[in-house]
Formats: sequence, C-alpha cells, structure tokens
Amino acid sequence: MKTVLSSHQVALSIKRLAHQILENHIQLQDTVLIGLQPRGIFLSDKIVDEIKSIINPSLVSYGKLDITFYRDDIHKQIHHANQTDIPFSIDNKKVVLIDDVLWTGRTIRAALDALLDFGRPKKVELCVLIDRRFSREYPIQADYVGREIDTFPNQKVMVYLNNTVKEECVELWES
Amino acid sequence: MKLSTKHLLGIKDLTKEDIQLILATAADFKGVLQRPVKKVPSLRDVTIVNLFYENSTRTRMSFELAEKRLSADTLNFAASSSSAAKGETLLDTVQNILSMKVDMIVMRHSASGAPHFLSKQIDAAIINAGDGINEHPTQALLDAFSIQEKFGSLEGLRVAIIGDIMHSRVALSNIYLLKKMGAEVMVAGPPTLIPKYIKEALNVKVVYNVKDALEWCDVANVLRIQLERQNQPLFSSLREYNLAYGITRKLLDSIGKEITIMHPGPINRGVELDSDVADGRNSIILNQVENGVAVRMAALYLLRPQQSN
Repeated sequence: MKTVLSSHQVALSIKRLAHQILENHIQLQDTVLIGLQPRGIFLSDKIVDEIKSIINPSLVSYGKLDITFYRDDIHKQIHHANQTDIPFSIDNKKVVLIDDVLWTGRTIRAALDALLDFGRPKKVELCVLIDRRFSREYPIQADYVGREIDTFPNQKVMVYLNNTVKEECVELWES
Repeated sequence: MKLSTKHLLGIKDLTKEDIQLILATAADFKGVLQRPVKKVPSLRDVTIVNLFYENSTRTRMSFELAEKRLSADTLNFAASSSSAAKGETLLDTVQNILSMKVDMIVMRHSASGAPHFLSKQIDAAIINAGDGINEHPTQALLDAFSIQEKFGSLEGLRVAIIGDIMHSRVALSNIYLLKKMGAEVMVAGPPTLIPKYIKEALNVKVVYNVKDALEWCDVANVLRIQLERQNQPLFSSLREYNLAYGITRKLLDSIGKEITIMHPGPINRGVELDSDVADGRNSIILNQVENGVAVRMAALYLLRPQQSN
C-alpha cells in the first residue's frame, strides 16, 4: 500500500479545486455543480462547502446524479441505485461534474448520457480528485485534477473522504 | 444486489430483503418518472412479451409503460385475438414466441399456477401479472409502496382487506407481503367470500362486519366482487352487498378516525365503494396506479437477463 495523498494534501487539493472552478466560473453565474453518486458526493460536498466559504452561498446550485440505470455493464451485473437530486434546470447552464476517481471514463460516459436526460447544458466540465492517467477506455479527460497518478489495472485506488473509517487520505493498493 | 429468485411468480417465494430491494429500487424509478425525459436505457437490449390470457387495463398498460420507460422492446399478446383461440396450447404459444428471441415474459392467466407451470418448462424470466385466484405480486408490491409512501413503514401498521377475499389474487399477495413486512392484517367480508381456515393458514384476523374492520384498521384495501369467477351465487344481490358491506361516506364518518382507502381497480362504484369515498380525501387509489409503473420498472430491472462473465 502506498499513500497517494495525505490528509493535509487532500485538504489542500480540495481548496485548490474549489478555487480553480471559481477562477473559470466567476460567481458561478450560469454554472451548476453536480456530484456523482455514490462516492463522488463525498468530494463534491467538500468542494461545495469550500466554494460557499468564498462566495455568497445562495449563488451555488448543487445537485447529485446517479448513473446506475445508464451503466454499460448492466447486462453483466445489476447495481443498486442511489438518489438523484437535481432541483434546478441545467438547460443552457455550464455544468461541472465532480467525481472522486477518473479511471476508464465509463462512469463519465454514463453520466453524460444521464445528464442529457435533464436538459441541454451549454458546456460540461469534469473535476476529479484522482486521475488514473493512461488507463482510459473512452476519450474523456478531466478539466480540474487533484493529482494525476500512474497505475496498473490490477491496482486499486482507495479514496477516504467520509471520515467514518479513517482519516481523509488517498491510498493505492496492490490487489 | 440481487433478488433471491429468477422469476417473480408470487410474493410467497420472496424474502423480506427481496421486497425491500424492489421497493427501494421502485423509489429510484419514481424519481426517474419525474424527470423531463422519463426514460432510462437499462433494458434497451431486452425484448419482453406481455402475454395476457385474461382482460386487463391497468396492469397491461402499466407493464407496457414500465417496459418502454426502461427502453425495452415490447410485444403484446391478447389471447382473444390470437391463435390461442384456434386451440394452440400455452406452452406451444410461449415456445414459438421465445424462438423469436424474446427475453422476458409478463403473463396473466385465468388458471392459478399457469406461470409456475411455464417456469418449469422454459428459461426466460417470468413475471406473474395475475394467475387465477392465486397471486398478483406486482399489485401487492405497488400497494405496499403506496402505503409506505404515506406512512413511512409497514411495520406494525393495521391493514384491513375488505370484500371478495375468496376469489382475489390481490388479497393473497397482499397478505403474504404485509405479513412478511411486519404489518397486521385483517380480512373482512361476507362469510361466503372468505375462505375457511384462512385465519389458521395465513395468520390473519377475520371479521364478518365491515364496521368492525374499519374501526380496527389504519388502511382499508377494498376489493372488487369478482362475479366472473363465481360460478354459484354467494350473496343475494349487488344491492344487498352494498348495503351490508359497501363502504359509504356515512359509514366512514361514523368511525371517528381517518382511514386510508385503497382499491386495486377496476372499481364497481356503488357496490364495494361509493364514489365519494373512492374520490375522497383519504383515497390513494390513483397514487396506486401511478406507483404501479415505478414498481413494475423495478421488478423488470431486477429480473433482467444477465450474461455470466
């Protein structure tokens, strides 16, 4: 096991990601933030908290998207769905999707499909804490990245952000 | 996250966890049905036949809509306009349909046990949409979903099932489900329409007076008199049934507490239920119909064919 990000580094990365999003979306005019269920929510909650400490919280539109019913491996395994909660229109909005790890790109592919069923966004960007680069199976890249890492397919990236099991950190495990 | 069964033949075969999984998944699909695009691609590689050997409005349309909302391809079969009228057997019909690469079967039949028989002969997943006087599992699931939506939980809730218990597959499926989920169940109606020994067999309370049942319950699930299944007179007239067992506004008002009214449809207005009760403030009859689509989407989704590897 190798530590990719320590608790301190996780906190700094989240701060930086929040600032980078605000840099490109001043006052979040016409911009909405959407976290991906289930584990992207831990990250998006923290980024949204950070952004709310910088700008007027009432300017922040924050939703949650579950992609279970849009997965491309549904014929192999049935997954349990989580709550989707997008209480605003995304028509003509800039959407920042937030997930913890970008790996094959399949989750984001499904998320784009799911998102389009809610409207026609003006632009979609992607924010991730960990980018497992060189392992993509679809042509998808992130716009905001906490840390890029090189991994083998059999390795597992563990992101601990919900504080219940252990201190916030990111670890790389050999399987 | 899997059901313990390959088919949905009846609530009898389900575990409490299965029921909870279906209801939780139905809640997710109910969310999908509120979106601008009320459709997900989960079953777009699946073909489903709706095999209806008996008439249906709600169940058939609800299943068909659920299938379409999941992007499945659907085929409709109605016995009256098919070669079944020329004498083709159930098994022959189904094997012919399956040879056209159909993956799932939604089936209604007037013979109790017809889907169970079929499940032993073929490989495709079968969902029972009502078999004779045996079970109607998706109706019980949508009833449970609607009750849960209103009360939060089924645990400890008092549900009275009132009317033609003898000929009702809705009653049997509801009793199995409610008991498994920890609710208390009472059946009420004329003695001729309540099976003997139901109290011992299914551990439910039995009363023959509707007012007693209403005073006891939180929820009254009122059933239709199934004249088409009664081959001998079991009560003197519909008029008399209404006087003795029909639920009227006056009767409800005399109870002095709020009771949630349910009915699986079709309603015979003025027989088991008066119009001002069916359309009244405590009726969740149309919620039941709305929830039916989400519940059937959940059942279809959870039973969809899986490729190993």
